[in-house]
Amino acid sequence: MSKKNIKLMQGNEACVEAALMAGMKFFAGYPITPSTELAELSAEKLPRIGGKFIQMEDEIAGIAAAIGGSIAGLKSMTATSGPGFSLKQENIGYAAIAEIPLVIVNVMRGGPSTGLPTSPAQGDVMQAKWGTHGDHAIIALSPQSVMETFDITIKAFNLAEKYRTPVIVLTDEVVGHMREKIEIPEPGDIEIFDRKVPGPGEDYLPYRLEEGDIVPKMAPFGAGYRYHITGLFHDETGFPSNSTDNADIMLKRMISKIEDNREDIVMYDEFMMEDAEYAIISYGSTARTVRNAVKTLREQGMKVGLFRPITIWPSAEKEIKAVGRQVKKIIVAEMNMGQYVQEIERIVKSDAEVFHLGRANGEVLMPIEVVQKAKEVF
Amino acid sequence: MKSKDQLEVKINPDWCKGCGNCVSFCPTNVLALDHHGKSTMVNREGCILCGMCEKLCPDFAIWIGGKEDE
Amino acid sequence: MTSEIVQKYFRIENLPHIWCPGCSNGVVTRALTMAIDELGLDQDNVVVVSGIGCSSRAPGYLDFNTLHTTHGRGLAFATGIKLANPKLDVILIAGDGDVSAIGGNHLIHAARRNIDITTIVFNNNIYGMTGGQYSPTTPTAAKGTTAPHGNIDKPFDIAQLAAAAGATYSSRTTAYHVNQMVKYFKDAISNKGFSMVEVASICPTYYGRKNKSGSGVQMMQALKNDFIDKMAYEKLPEEKKEGKHLMGVFKNITLPEYTAEYQRVIDALQGGENNE
Repeated sequence: MSKKNIKLMQGNEACVEAALMAGMKFFAGYPITPSTELAELSAEKLPRIGGKFIQMEDEIAGIAAAIGGSIAGLKSMTATSGPGFSLKQENIGYAAIAEIPLVIVNVMRGGPSTGLPTSPAQGDVMQAKWGTHGDHAIIALSPQSVMETFDITIKAFNLAEKYRTPVIVLTDEVVGHMREKIEIPEPGDIEIFDRKVPGPGEDYLPYRLEEGDIVPKMAPFGAGYRYHITGLFHDETGFPSNSTDNADIMLKRMISKIEDNREDIVMYDEFMMEDAEYAIISYGSTARTVRNAVKTLREQGMKVGLFRPITIWPSAEKEIKAVGRQVKKIIVAEMNMGQYVQEIERIVKSDAEVFHLGRANGEVLMPIEVVQKAKEVF
Repeated sequence: MKSKDQLEVKINPDWCKGCGNCVSFCPTNVLALDHHGKSTMVNREGCILCGMCEKLCPDFAIWIGGKEDE
Repeated sequence: MTSEIVQKYFRIENLPHIWCPGCSNGVVTRALTMAIDELGLDQDNVVVVSGIGCSSRAPGYLDFNTLHTTHGRGLAFATGIKLANPKLDVILIAGDGDVSAIGGNHLIHAARRNIDITTIVFNNNIYGMTGGQYSPTTPTAAKGTTAPHGNIDKPFDIAQLAAAAGATYSSRTTAYHVNQMVKYFKDAISNKGFSMVEVASICPTYYGRKNKSGSGVQMMQALKNDFIDKMAYEKLPEEKKEGKHLMGVFKNITLPEYTAEYQRVIDALQGGENNE
């Protein structure tokens, strides 16, 4: 048996390591703290394996070039933070409607605007879902540790390829810059998904969904299938269509490919939830604070558990609903003034009373604050 | 390559939007707009097959093609 | 029913196109296919990218790998495609607003990198798709729907802008001068580096109507009369220089190309590792 590959690593570093193992061959971006290590490490490592890195002239160009790289057939990533995430929104919508696989890492920092560089925040949770204009579905994953950053980055590439969609890795300054011990798995132990491409000489319509497929196959440009990609609503041929019937079919397929596959996409974690009468829902680095607080509360005799969504979008609707039915009260703890709590309220409805604990002043929540809030409302 | 006597100006009236470029820039004035506002050949003998009409037609509605072509 | 060249390089099922009567976009787009045909490029290997606007609809009619992106961002997408697969022949079609206003930053940086992309600008001096607003190339004192009292801006010279920013080939011609246009397109595509061909074009519907420029034919006639090769211009007596616009090749030099330079980095690193 080979020796385990144990390393001390930053979250951002783990993200790049995982991306390379997942098959990333292209990175385009623009410098912004606290995400810069992602660009720096990609610049260092990609050319060594024949991959490509480019620092573009701005954030918009960063995502646009990454989409271009993906269209040319390479697994592509871009990374940013706060203001850069705002600038990338239009082209996130482009990748969504044109169904281009892409991983976007957003190392969240305090906002709005230039905000609090570079203190941690979780203020981009709603933006991750609704930042680009128009209806669309999106996948966003949020890690709480360096190891989990590694794991979900692999998952992000797999989901992007499998569902032909942009996937957002919604990490934060704490996780991005924290150093922890991680175990890098053997390449053979990792499941890697590559996009389906049409076979040689196949009668290919770029946006035709074939029997047994989740999404249409995607031919890289230059492989002999001359087709059209547009951000306009289009039909199976890829050409623009103004038909309202077609728009309806297309939009529903784009949304349902993600919504109908929650079982495959949704990841979550539970801690001491079996007999919990109260739940705290938290994600990303804040969930670590809550886990500590849950232990303290348990020691003091309160039946409290932690439910931790790892997949933020689409939300773990079924599981969160079950939590709402199980417990009397829920606290949603997050580093913002009240964002994901709205999603929890939407799902839980009147099954449980929902409270919010959060702030956005650049300071992480402390376990004692969670304990105090729990004692106050539970 | 077809020889000159096998070629002629061809017009697709369905695509012609009647801009008049072919008529105005024809060096031998062999084209006109008909009463529907579409390009039409009025003097086939006078046509020198220079291709000016084809180059300046924004609608790909007029071109030099083989007499036998569909 | 149309010519052999159009049948070969256009998606006939999508024609006739959406452009207005007299609009020169069709002339320029067809000239591009002439250049590609004369160069003998492999149709499967050609990528045509665009942003948003009237001219940006051209790729949808062209039978290549075609990408219609977001407003102004065509060159950034094209840069990703070219770097990911440098074997592809990448051409950008853009309007003056798309490439020099909202996409101006991408233009100067693509030119600076000297990445092997040919940019063809259909410069009609106006925003056509949105209904006639003034663009960065609308002449001073000309009118647009957002310059109802006359434009007080000074216009960009796109060909010179690209040349100054680092393009290794840059030229300007007009939608009337089709033979020259085809030659410039061929030279631009053949140049291993960033190439710019600015094609002075016409928009009879908006620019023409707002500025009383007459019919499409009269506007084409003006292109024929008002544009003069920069060499010939120098020889004109002063009194005849008034109102003339320059066309010709502004830059044609050889410098290292971006994707080739990147490949050198890869080769050096991979060669270095093998020696270890």
